[in-house]
Amino acid sequence: MTSVLYDAPGPRAKRRNVLISVIFLAVLALLVWFVWDAMNEKGQLEWALWKPFTQSEAWTTYLLPGLANTLKAAALAMVIALPLGAVFGIARLSDHRWVRLPAAWVVEFFRAIPVLLLILFANEAYDRWANVTTEQRQLYAVVTGLVLYNASVLAEVVRAGILALPKGQSEAAKAIGLRKGQTMRSILLPQAVTAMLPAIVSQLVVIVKDTALGGVMIGFTELLNSRATLAAFYANVIPSFIVVALIYIVLNFILTSFASWLEKRLRRSKKSTGAVLSAEDMEELNPAAVGGSFGTGGEGGGLPGSRTYT
Amino acid sequence: MFDFLEGYDVLGAFWTTVQLTVISAVGSLIWGTLLAAMRVSPVPLMRGFGTAYVNIVRNIPLTVIIVFTSLGLADIFGVTMGSGDFDVRGFRLAVLGFVAYTAAFVCEAIRSGINTVPVGQAEAARAIGLSFSQTLRLIVLPQAFRSVIGPLANVLIALTKNTTVAAAIGVAEAATLMKTMIENEAQTLLIGVVFALGFVVLTLPTGLFLGWLSKRLAVKR
Repeated sequence: MTSVLYDAPGPRAKRRNVLISVIFLAVLALLVWFVWDAMNEKGQLEWALWKPFTQSEAWTTYLLPGLANTLKAAALAMVIALPLGAVFGIARLSDHRWVRLPAAWVVEFFRAIPVLLLILFANEAYDRWANVTTEQRQLYAVVTGLVLYNASVLAEVVRAGILALPKGQSEAAKAIGLRKGQTMRSILLPQAVTAMLPAIVSQLVVIVKDTALGGVMIGFTELLNSRATLAAFYANVIPSFIVVALIYIVLNFILTSFASWLEKRLRRSKKSTGAVLSAEDMEELNPAAVGGSFGTGGEGGGLPGSRTYT
Repeated sequence: MFDFLEGYDVLGAFWTTVQLTVISAVGSLIWGTLLAAMRVSPVPLMRGFGTAYVNIVRNIPLTVIIVFTSLGLADIFGVTMGSGDFDVRGFRLAVLGFVAYTAAFVCEAIRSGINTVPVGQAEAARAIGLSFSQTLRLIVLPQAFRSVIGPLANVLIALTKNTTVAAAIGVAEAATLMKTMIENEAQTLLIGVVFALGFVVLTLPTGLFLGWLSKRLAVKR
């Protein structure tokens, strides 16, 4: 599509493109110089501030334990949210109104609430009504908040995954006399799980990014929180931000690449029915670190309320 | 039963949330459209910049960006956003962070919208001699915008919820007030419900209206 927007450049267009490139490069260079100069002026480029990152102490004392907590919270949240999401996703496809409607309400409710509110609420609830240590409470609160939100997002993923399967699958199952539960268990779910894999992996990116909220708001010692401790010790605010941001970028980039590799592989594979929930759709429709409503591609952007529940 | 609400400006906090959302939405729509234009432009350097920006910003947690605007931009570099007042400065820094972050998602939504415009449209535009910017401005983007209202609505709803991250730098919006109230008052559950419903009220009508609009304006093909 991209190249359809313009003709192959002729001599004049080539000259113009070079000119625009030069101007754009100049603006970019100016911007970089401006930032560099500002950092230099505030003494943020001094080697003393960057040196800690070349030594093991900064990593073993601050960054790696923080990263470990980030990953732990994210993994726990994913592992708990997935079965919960599957239950609600399947419940929303139920033939019975009294199962379908409450499931839909729960899913839509938790999708409409910022994950931060859920974390704050869970934190306070554990503080008041549960007998746990501070450290446990922080981890539990972050995981609870993430689970509630992401289970409802994953419920939509599961639902979309099942709906994306060709109709012939459930018709064939019916024709050979399988019951509803059997159809779901042995025909639909196994195929839907494969179709959903890329979407699930990209949801992991969202979860990883959301753990940072717990660090700032309730003191959970994850990566961003460890950055603050590290910066307080070495007095290197800007370098520590840059390093931590890089860690997040690399981590999420690996996850995103894995998701798209998985998607490509699944699309190629001859065994599947060809129904794949793309990671790309997922990211576009479920955009935000802290929130984002997931929409199934087939429905044209699943807005809360834009689909009929009955 | 609701006397715990006394002494707290809940509506005021939600008003700040709405202001954050609207201003950031306008800003990120403009910046996101520019980024999308760069990503499809004939100049390789601009394409590279757009791609790099989106991929970098999308993979950084919003919380990191928002905290950075306060601890980095304001405290270290002395960016005051044209105001000495702490609250106003925090608000504007938060908007800056939201625009920088959300624009990446707006860009991706619009780019996917551009891809839904049939190739024939752009080919016809080129055939009658329109330049790249004319093709984009007069033919492709007007059609693309109509088909991305759905995805953009999702971005807007996400943004509404994301504004709570501004609590990380102490902007007096809904999540900040909820944190204060939930710590000081006994009715934990009720406070949670009140704020949750506040966000349902903010996001649900937006979703319904824009969903209706996207169906109405969708290009029939």
